[in-house]
Amino acid sequence: MDGVAGPIVEFRGIVKNYPGTRALDGVSMEITHGSVHGLVGANGAGKSTLGKVLGGATRPDDGRMFVEGRPVKFSGSRDALQHGIARVAQELALVPRLNVMQNVFLGVEPKRRGLVLRRKMRQLYDDLVGEYGFALSPYLEVGRMRLADQQKVEILRAVNRKARLIIMDEPTSSLTKDEVITLHEMIRHLNGKGTTVIYVSHFLDEVLAIADTVTVMRNGQVVRTSKATEETPASLVGGMFGCEAATECFDEKSAVTVETVVLEATDLCREKVVRNVSLAIRSGEIVGLAGLVGSGRSEVARAICGVDAIDGGTIKVDGVEQNFRFPRDAFRAGVAFVPESRKQDGLCMQLSLRENTTLPHLWSGIVSRAGVVQIRSERSKVESLLKSLSVEPPRPELTVESLSGGNQQKVVFGKCLFRQPRVLILDEPTRGVDVDSRANIHRLIQGLARQGVAILLISSDIEEVLGLSHRVLVMRGGEVVREFPADPSMGDVMNACFGLATSERECET
Amino acid sequence: MRDMRPPKTESTAEAVAVPVRSRLSLRRIEARHVRDYGIIAVTAVVFIALSLASSAFFSVGNLFNILYQNAPLAIMACATTLVVVAGNFDLSVGAMYAVAAISAAEMAVRLGPLAGILFGIVVGGFTGLINGLVVTRLRVNAFLATLATSLAFRGFAIAVTNGFLVEVRDPGFTGLGRDKIGPVPVSVIIAVVVILILQFVLSRTVFGRYIYAVGGNPGAASISGVRVSTIVLATFVIGGFAAGLAGVIDASSVASGDAQGGQAFALTAVAAVALGGTSIYGGIGSVWRTCIGVALFALITNGFNLLGVNPYYQDIAKGLLIIFAVALGAMVERREGR
Repeated sequence: MDGVAGPIVEFRGIVKNYPGTRALDGVSMEITHGSVHGLVGANGAGKSTLGKVLGGATRPDDGRMFVEGRPVKFSGSRDALQHGIARVAQELALVPRLNVMQNVFLGVEPKRRGLVLRRKMRQLYDDLVGEYGFALSPYLEVGRMRLADQQKVEILRAVNRKARLIIMDEPTSSLTKDEVITLHEMIRHLNGKGTTVIYVSHFLDEVLAIADTVTVMRNGQVVRTSKATEETPASLVGGMFGCEAATECFDEKSAVTVETVVLEATDLCREKVVRNVSLAIRSGEIVGLAGLVGSGRSEVARAICGVDAIDGGTIKVDGVEQNFRFPRDAFRAGVAFVPESRKQDGLCMQLSLRENTTLPHLWSGIVSRAGVVQIRSERSKVESLLKSLSVEPPRPELTVESLSGGNQQKVVFGKCLFRQPRVLILDEPTRGVDVDSRANIHRLIQGLARQGVAILLISSDIEEVLGLSHRVLVMRGGEVVREFPADPSMGDVMNACFGLATSERECET
Repeated sequence: MRDMRPPKTESTAEAVAVPVRSRLSLRRIEARHVRDYGIIAVTAVVFIALSLASSAFFSVGNLFNILYQNAPLAIMACATTLVVVAGNFDLSVGAMYAVAAISAAEMAVRLGPLAGILFGIVVGGFTGLINGLVVTRLRVNAFLATLATSLAFRGFAIAVTNGFLVEVRDPGFTGLGRDKIGPVPVSVIIAVVVILILQFVLSRTVFGRYIYAVGGNPGAASISGVRVSTIVLATFVIGGFAAGLAGVIDASSVASGDAQGGQAFALTAVAAVALGGTSIYGGIGSVWRTCIGVALFALITNGFNLLGVNPYYQDIAKGLLIIFAVALGAMVERREGR
């Protein structure tokens, strides 16, 4: 096993398409045997997808992969594991009700005639723990353990199956500082035993601290691979976002002429994820909310819209203080919401476009009389709305599931716009949407602003935020840490997202 | 399973549901059409076959007999449809029916027929309310919740009556289940009215739309301003009222309340809903479909009886039909990649 020269893994021209986006666009790179290889990039750069491809969780559409020089094709994570590759994902794949030992040996229990040999298993477990130096009691129920310890279980499981390469996808996103230190010690320990680690993270300091080699990705492509000692957080950010201007065209922003504040949130708090967030949006203004995944952006949106209860703070619409206990309260006060996941929170997939579009408005009597839906008028109103939103095909009776992602997203907008809202909260409005629909949606958002709607735009797509917003707020760790006036440079916003000082940036836009 | 199904489906699909279709779009559309309309075709075929096979079948007397015998089941199954479309399950209809029947009989003996009838129906609604509260407030899975309440309800009915029939001789009470207007039994008229109302409620009203939304995607429904648990609760109450009405009708027609009655209904009602093509995962279905499910069951029972087929075969036939209908639905969903 040891002493193999050359890379343990090599990618050549890997391509992976998802509906509406190309997640990996011809990725070629090598992972050196026995190294800790950092993988960084903005949200959607393709780093997680690459991890999934290597871990067998998803199949590439094109390209080739080599493990120790031999070409491989994985049809599942079992396959990958047989080649010594394990992936520890953000969402851990453990059975919560089983104990540590049972999870570590799940599927590879020592057994004879169908019976599990418990004593043997315990012995093997002790050997394993001894070898890798984790102090974990074998009989703890995994579901009751802290996340950091669960991660250890997952890593133990991987090494127990003779994994020689472990992919860790955002392993520290929910760990405390101390736990991060412990994890890094573990990684060094594994590495000392010859295990290769791919470390996917958007915490640049961590990557630089632990990795030997760092690869920067952008838009599904490799920007560069270099030694960690040659990079700084600022140089990585520069690589992740490029120095060239945005390639996408946005319509010119309308001027915000009215000074009336439509939505005002003061000191919103929710557990630890939203901390004293205040923001005010004027009529016709688009306020962008930028930040890394997990920075609390969606939580702010959900708090404002009454989806999640708030622990503290006030929300005013047109100067009137509101108490949104349920989403319906917000909707009736004119606050419409495009949620992050249209499958989960946005649409009833088996219902028709017509039924989905009017669902939030049936109470208002626009299309109903005495509790009876006026289907004919409903149909014609929905049809004209679908046409104005350029939904393709604009047929109200189709089921939503038969549409493409982009058109589904337009239907989600239709739900919000069937009756003009005062405030529109958009959470990732163009995620998984094709280029045409994306442009349509951008134009739609700007058109609504011109009509005086106050808009909060949350997006991981920094070009979108910059291209549309009149102001940009940056969140980090549940707080708003920076506010930028119109058209800040991408570098400034990104540095704020990553918690870097503005002066450190290396390239100007 | 995979090996057995496809050939059969393909052939019925082309023969029954979509005889004329362009070849290109056939593959995807055919299975869906079979799922949506196959049940009608099957029912029609059974109906015609029975008319030809048995001279006794196609007569006014026999057809009204079928309607009369199945009116209570139809009422319950149609109301259960609302529960199922909202994404839940109700296994307690038979028990609610029994509680309502003995309540109506007991009250009729004491305070007169009208009071008995009304009381029975209200008690049915109350048992439905209990179901709904257990599901929405205690967050017990509806399948288990209604299994548990049905034990409790029936136990209650037996405890109250000591297991004896509660006889009611008053013609004012028995009229509901026995009288006819012309050739049409009163209970059939009531069933038709109730079914039409339920069909209207589910397909045309705002409330009905909410039921579909809640069953289709509770998360999206909630974010769209629908009070999910209120809607779920309401469907259970409606289910309870319907079971109550059915129990009262049956108590009336046999002039007694029986705490042991309605045992078979618990499953038949849900089975008819599923047979009609209503998805047990919620969000898809309709009242008229359930009516066809009930009708198909009824035809099989009646026809097999007329033809002198051993009753055990009836149950085998019904069981296979349900499996076939549900498997077909599942296959269509898989094909559509859900």
